[in-house]
Amino acid sequence: MTIDWNHFTPWASLAGGILLGLASAIFILVNGRILGISGIVGGLLRPKAGDAGWRISFVLGMLAAPLLYVLVAGPVPATIDAGWGTVVLAGLMVGVGTRYGSGCTSGHGVCGLSRLSPRSLAATLAFMGAGFAMVFVMRHILA
Amino acid sequence: MQHRIAEFFVGLLFGVGLIVAGMTDPSKVLGFLDLAGNWDPSLAFVMGGGILVGLGAFATAKKRTTTFFGGAMHLPTSTDIDKRLIGGGLLFGAGWGLAGFCPGPAIVSLGAGQPKAAAFVAAMLVGMAVFETIERIQARKSAGAH
Repeated sequence: MTIDWNHFTPWASLAGGILLGLASAIFILVNGRILGISGIVGGLLRPKAGDAGWRISFVLGMLAAPLLYVLVAGPVPATIDAGWGTVVLAGLMVGVGTRYGSGCTSGHGVCGLSRLSPRSLAATLAFMGAGFAMVFVMRHILA
Repeated sequence: MQHRIAEFFVGLLFGVGLIVAGMTDPSKVLGFLDLAGNWDPSLAFVMGGGILVGLGAFATAKKRTTTFFGGAMHLPTSTDIDKRLIGGGLLFGAGWGLAGFCPGPAIVSLGAGQPKAAAFVAAMLVGMAVFETIERIQARKSAGAH
């Protein structure tokens, strides 16, 4: 292992993480809900009566975030190396996996670890481990 | 209506947080997941920052039965560490490592007009819908068997 000092952004990442924590804190204390993206979006597929409005508002806020960011800070950096087929396969895996495992990086990773849930710690270790393993296979075995 | 506006702004705050953190850039995410390569540890600071703020908030939430505005508190009650949790986590993590997108950043990138993020989100919704359809069919079958 070598450290990629050229791309290392500890302060921006810490600041972004604090914003994610703030959003999660407001959500639980004001709305009484866990801020988990896969759960919020998944619940829109067959919404119960009166349960869709808050989900739609939240998702619209997320979709508007890059517009605000562009106005204040400039272009949103994104380099996507994966091809179309890979992107679609990855989306299917993430869709099934997050619903089967009841959460993703936000619900289990940020909120679950913050509320000291052993269940979320197990889920986080599982998805982080699988992420590390997948990148290792893609970049160091297949490539 | 005030609630809908508040939820919009929490979504906005969360989305901006993801961009500032670097989570919406798949090359940055994959740089973090590439332990054996030229490793970029930045994203560990994202989780650290989130938990730093979240610890106090969730400790407060656990002591309360209602929100600050008197609404219901929906804290998860399940504590099972079972094959669904681990299997789902493994499948999700493998998909995350494949393209560098997880659900939140993919939706924000869709808002930024990234066509591949749109394809990812569409496939993710199909995956969620297929999973939930299979779950319902199985639930109906097991209900019929008893």
